[in-house]
Amino acid sequence: MFKPGDAIIEARHLTKLYQVSRSKCLTACDDISLNFYRNQTLGIVGESGCGKSTFVRMAVGLEKPTSGEILFYGKNRLELKGEELRLNRRNIQMIFQDPSEALHPRMKVKEIICEPLFNFNLIKKSQMESKARELLEMVELPGSFAERFPHEMSGGQRQRIGIARALSLEPEVIICDEITSALDVSAQKMIVELLLDLQNRKQISIGFISHDLALVQQFAHQVAVMYLGNVVELMNGKEVSTKARHPYTQALLDSIFDLHMDYSKEIVSIDSEIPSPFNVQEGCPFKERCIHCMTVCKTEKPKLMEIEPYHLAACHRYG
Amino acid sequence: MLEIQNITISFNKSSKPAVENFSLYVKPGEICCLVGESGSGKTSVIRAIQGNLPVQGTVIQGDIFFEGQSLLRYTANDWQKVRGTEISMIFQDSGAMMNPIRTIGSQFVEYIRAHGDYTRKEAWGKGVQMLERVRLHDGEHMMNSYPFQLSGGMKQRVGIAFAMVFQPKLLLADEPTSALDVTTQAQMIRQMMKLREECGTSIIMITHNLALAAYMSDHIVVMKKGEITDSGDRNHILHISQDDYTKKLLSAVPSLGGHYDV
Repeated sequence: MFKPGDAIIEARHLTKLYQVSRSKCLTACDDISLNFYRNQTLGIVGESGCGKSTFVRMAVGLEKPTSGEILFYGKNRLELKGEELRLNRRNIQMIFQDPSEALHPRMKVKEIICEPLFNFNLIKKSQMESKARELLEMVELPGSFAERFPHEMSGGQRQRIGIARALSLEPEVIICDEITSALDVSAQKMIVELLLDLQNRKQISIGFISHDLALVQQFAHQVAVMYLGNVVELMNGKEVSTKARHPYTQALLDSIFDLHMDYSKEIVSIDSEIPSPFNVQEGCPFKERCIHCMTVCKTEKPKLMEIEPYHLAACHRYG
Repeated sequence: MLEIQNITISFNKSSKPAVENFSLYVKPGEICCLVGESGSGKTSVIRAIQGNLPVQGTVIQGDIFFEGQSLLRYTANDWQKVRGTEISMIFQDSGAMMNPIRTIGSQFVEYIRAHGDYTRKEAWGKGVQMLERVRLHDGEHMMNSYPFQLSGGMKQRVGIAFAMVFQPKLLLADEPTSALDVTTQAQMIRQMMKLREECGTSIIMITHNLALAAYMSDHIVVMKKGEITDSGDRNHILHISQDDYTKKLLSAVPSLGGHYDV
């Protein structure tokens, strides 16, 4: 299913530290290795502040990792410079969380979605109209929207413009950073269906970040659960509801409101807040909030290990 | 306790009203959820109850009764007495309602003293006690913090603490959890349900998540384009209702174990 040859981006041991002041150091990502495969979706789930955005920003090239390497078809992307790097960027595109802030308020839709094409000299000015219509059609919007401004559209429609812009360069990987969290459930469903349809047609690899595990497990081939800068569990999307092992994944699953849940039971949730990412102590990152915390967890950090085929978890209980 | 009789809210005389023929009856201690897509008029209803529709917006038909009195005939003075003490509100982003350059404590004390006869010291004590009740453990420390020092979930809990100080009879909540993580969302919902048990507060909440609405409410109202398309208890909405729009909303809620064909 996940053949090494199909990997488009391989992130190897990525670590990102932010030196906030002389004594304070923030660990945003700690030794993360994840791959983006052709025609597959990688879902990344976790609470806010767990480093999921930092990780994809490094994968896209918006941030430089402190250590580790990012391979694009086996070639280290971090060593690229100048024009070579610029040309390489078109292969990986990103869609942002808040479509109203990611689109220029004074540009028309046709200018927004064709701008990447002009940047790479792919079309002439005269072709803008027809290309814009073609792209709008792809995201299921009427061609007349080309003349509109972003404020004249609803949130779901704006997010479609974001998708059209990201796909205009026909990238091999697109990264979606919480693209549905500003939308209501029905708009969310349509956006996800559109993405999956486009993936089918163009064989793109999708990285989908969300804090909604229920949503991600519906379509992601692989789901990575992150906590405090670490990947704590990595598994097949279809198995999340049945085979999740890590106590943090369990806690996330328990706090989901589901239509098929038992309404007579009180919803359970972890009561505490996420510990501070500054100067992380030794031991398991989840130790303070874990109900199964053992002595070994306080001193030794568990490694991400295979507990079943295609299922990795970082927990001493399954070591 | 609250009775909305057939109201129509219009923002512009010539165009279609934002809300048409909306009726709702809320009993003491009842939780009612308004569900629907953005633009369906949910927020207009809540704002009409609270008497703060935007300037152009007016209730052109019907009436709203709160404990037998018509809210539409309230003067500014009457509202001053009711808002915050008997009817209070939790916003989608509680951080935006706070002054960024003042501590939580100074704003909380001002709020409490504006609505009740308390000395500064009493108000401070009451504030600390309220913060601890919504499980912000170190209340004193929290009172001395600025809004930017708190996480989204903590700010939202401060918002609940503000809204619950005077144990209002009616709590209005406009998507209070949609900006939060699932774990924090579950905590918040538990908090709100607990307040209902302890103080007998009625809650009207807006949400677009039907699963969440089904979990907490006694009564669910589904709205579309300013009209009620369906209403009933959990069982009716989830299992009995034949309404197409309700079914569409239900199918849009991501479900554990449900999968797209990929």
